[in-house]
Amino acid sequence: MNTTSLSWNPATDLAAMWHYAFMRHGFEAGTIIAIVAGAIGYFVVLRQSAFAAHALSHAGFAGAAGAVLLGLPAMAGLLAFTIGGGIIMAILGPRAANRDVHIGTVLAFMLGLGLLFLSLYHGYATEAYSILFGDILGVSYSGVVMTLVIALVLLALVVAIYRPLLLSCLDEEIAEARGLPVFWLSIAFMVLVAVATSIAVQVVGVLLIFALMVTPAAIAQRIARRPAQGMAISILIALGATWFGLIMSFYCPWPPSFFITTVTFVIYICVRIGQAVR
Amino acid sequence: MQKPSENSAMPEHVIIASDLAAGYADNEIWRDANFAIGHGEFVGVLGPNGAGKTTLFRMLLGLAKPKRGSLSILGKPPSRGNPCIGYVPQRHQVDSETGVEAVELVRFGLIGNRWGVGWPGEGRAEATAALHAVGADDLAHRPLGALSGGELQRIFLAEALAGKPDLLLLDEPLANLDMRRETEALQLISGVVRSRGITALLTAHNINPLLPVLDRVIYIANGHVTIGKPSEILTSDSLTRLYGIPIEVVRDSRGRIAIIGTEDPEHHHEHH
Repeated sequence: MNTTSLSWNPATDLAAMWHYAFMRHGFEAGTIIAIVAGAIGYFVVLRQSAFAAHALSHAGFAGAAGAVLLGLPAMAGLLAFTIGGGIIMAILGPRAANRDVHIGTVLAFMLGLGLLFLSLYHGYATEAYSILFGDILGVSYSGVVMTLVIALVLLALVVAIYRPLLLSCLDEEIAEARGLPVFWLSIAFMVLVAVATSIAVQVVGVLLIFALMVTPAAIAQRIARRPAQGMAISILIALGATWFGLIMSFYCPWPPSFFITTVTFVIYICVRIGQAVR
Repeated sequence: MQKPSENSAMPEHVIIASDLAAGYADNEIWRDANFAIGHGEFVGVLGPNGAGKTTLFRMLLGLAKPKRGSLSILGKPPSRGNPCIGYVPQRHQVDSETGVEAVELVRFGLIGNRWGVGWPGEGRAEATAALHAVGADDLAHRPLGALSGGELQRIFLAEALAGKPDLLLLDEPLANLDMRRETEALQLISGVVRSRGITALLTAHNINPLLPVLDRVIYIANGHVTIGKPSEILTSDSLTRLYGIPIEVVRDSRGRIAIIGTEDPEHHHEHH
């Protein structure tokens, strides 16, 4: 991708990276997405809906591939399918949405559907590749702006429903007894997850969404004593992994998604070992 | 059967049910419930699985509408999110891997019905006090995921008490506890209820541990609801009338009872 080598002087290195628009956009979009994925991921893990989030991103794959086939922006298809899938899951209820077999079946079907759309589309295979595994270095300026706008809306919604959403993630029955509209909260939650997943696909792709949406939050969930603290840890891990992935990819031909998944995986293993030893 | 109070403007009673029926359009779960529950009463809600005990709780919480008749709580119709009611659910959905500490669950139970983010430490003092009230000071900073079933039960009791309710609803608080924990839990619940003068309704499967502490029993079976002192309700005659089939209540030498003849063979048998 480039021939720059690491100088070990952070200022020089950053300047070298900043020289390239694709690196700047990658950092901008990656930072925004890491914050959103880390924050919303914390609720996903607390609610024990990680697999549902995983399945949503696969529905997004079918949507994105379908949109590409129709000549529409991939993001439009992603959003349509993830939001649609999220609302259906919320209506079916948490019991249905947490069933491994149901989710796995839908997930496989969605991947198959995406595969069909891509095979009907006689364009570049890179489209499929970037939807599946992410292409953070391919984000354009307008992509960054769109990501920022979407992220601000998502974060505003999280702030607005923070306390009720947290209680319903901790225990939905108590939330209901306290008079909270748990059905509408679960719809709002699934839409949050759907949209966050759609923008996070730009960084790690549908197949690796766990690395950004779930693993940092799962680590935070294990070590944080308070939800706000957990969200902060989750965001920091997602940010650290994304930045590390971007920096490494600048000096090494390997894809940033690989480094991002590796960082979150290694931290996860270390935390689990650390907790087991204690 | 106690007659409902005519004067419902003054909340002399905590709960008044008049000709109350539960169920949905074509499906009636039970009917003709008439009872009035006074301040500080500790009432067991008994009956076989599916008889409609949880439905009664859902009506009190304003989550299910009465099919017929009227229900009032402290002189007002049931409403969603009624701050006068504390509720302890049967099942706890807490993630076994969560590091979130117990006091945070109590805290969010208290502040979770407000929109927005609030401020750090909001409700923390009340949550800590509620944990103290159930003797769970030592559990306050333990991760929820590391707590046993009995310990979680106490945290949820603290959560229900944190809002200083007048009425406490406990759904199967003794389920899944071994005999020793069951006794401990019951002593804790009755201690808190008595010392605070709270009115409490508690559903249960095994009635024997409850017999010494309950003031009255609401027994729901076969679509009917009856209320009275345990010694009045838990008799062969009374339950035969309620179920509409021959029921025999037998007592052993230690005063424990077994109910024989219900459709549900597991029901009320001694588990120990």
